[in-house]
Amino acid sequence: MKHQNIELTVGIFFLAGLLSLTWIAMRMGNMGGISQPEYELQARFVSVSGLKEGAFVEAAGVRVGHVADISFDSETYEALITLSIAESVQVQEDSTASIRTSGIIGDKFVKLTPGGAEELLSAGMEITETESSISIEELISKYIFESKD
Amino acid sequence: MSRLLSSISRLGRSVQHFTEDLGILGVFLFNAIRHGLNPPYTLKPVIRQIYFIGARSGLMITVAGLFVGMVVALQFYDTLVRFGSVSMLGSAVGLSLIRELGPVLTALLVTGRAGSAICAELGIMRTDHQIDALDCMAIDPYRYLIIPRLLAGVISVPLLTAIFVLMGIAGGYFIGVLLFGVSHGAYMQGMADTVLPRDMLMCLVKAVVFGLLIVWISAARGFLLHRDRKGAFGPEGVSRVTTEAVVLTSVSVLFADYLISALLL
Repeated sequence: MKHQNIELTVGIFFLAGLLSLTWIAMRMGNMGGISQPEYELQARFVSVSGLKEGAFVEAAGVRVGHVADISFDSETYEALITLSIAESVQVQEDSTASIRTSGIIGDKFVKLTPGGAEELLSAGMEITETESSISIEELISKYIFESKD
Repeated sequence: MSRLLSSISRLGRSVQHFTEDLGILGVFLFNAIRHGLNPPYTLKPVIRQIYFIGARSGLMITVAGLFVGMVVALQFYDTLVRFGSVSMLGSAVGLSLIRELGPVLTALLVTGRAGSAICAELGIMRTDHQIDALDCMAIDPYRYLIIPRLLAGVISVPLLTAIFVLMGIAGGYFIGVLLFGVSHGAYMQGMADTVLPRDMLMCLVKAVVFGLLIVWISAARGFLLHRDRKGAFGPEGVSRVTTEAVVLTSVSVLFADYLISALLL
């Protein structure tokens, strides 16, 4: 009887621990369940200052993917980023990718604005219309120096 | 002059003792693993130890996690409200619990509860010559005493950490959402957005390493009581060795915590 008690307690403990672990992993770590199939697109920016790998890609405010890779193109001196986008989301050839900030001190994310073209981008292709991140410091300094004139 | 020389040689002696102790610890772990690899494998002793190290700590970890989560949420709320970014509460609570507080506090609590008990138990077995008796009966004390505890530590501490983190998040939810009226979505979604798989990995790596460290150091101090340099045996020796084991384990946990954070960040 006593031995069975021990085994029962250990079983309950195991179950509680594993359940907590899976809940945290699925809910918090986003490691859960069926991951949607995604495809990758490239985009070049003059500046991606502040953008991090893993940042969200949003279209109309809905999250549709994330930034998979950020690298520097030493030939054109541009930033080359790879976007991983859910396969159910189709991106037109003349869509615009712009880097925006959520709130004033929030994280940077990539905003996709749909275009009107018939052709769709397929995996590995490049979004040519891009808008770089807006630096608040630059905007402010511009404003200050222009208003002096 | 001779004063200077003697203090230098004291320094040398303590360095020598330190390296000796490290070596003894290393040989202990090596022996345990080597003996543990021999079949047959039995599950029962491991389950007994999981019961003692893990399951019996469950209630303590639950309560501790709840209160730690509540106090973290309280402190963060008070700070964030000054910047008007209360919506970050979930991220702050989640990240601090998963990356640091969960594994470290769980490890320290388990050290105090189970580590000390392991050390004292093995120390008393040593002073009572029970371990020698096992040797006489050709029962491998490493296999019989050490390996189940090591395995139980490595298995239990990650599970306890998960319970601690979950309870901490619940405690933070209670304070943040129910008491201060942060929106449910801001708390939960903010947390889910900022916690990355990398953070989960760090939490698990820490918990496993801490579990190993706790049992390793505590068991070694008790098991090798007779090798104690100050030569104490009996009750006095057990008490000193246990105190030393708890101090040493806690310090190593914090040291390993820094090391793992620095490596994985």
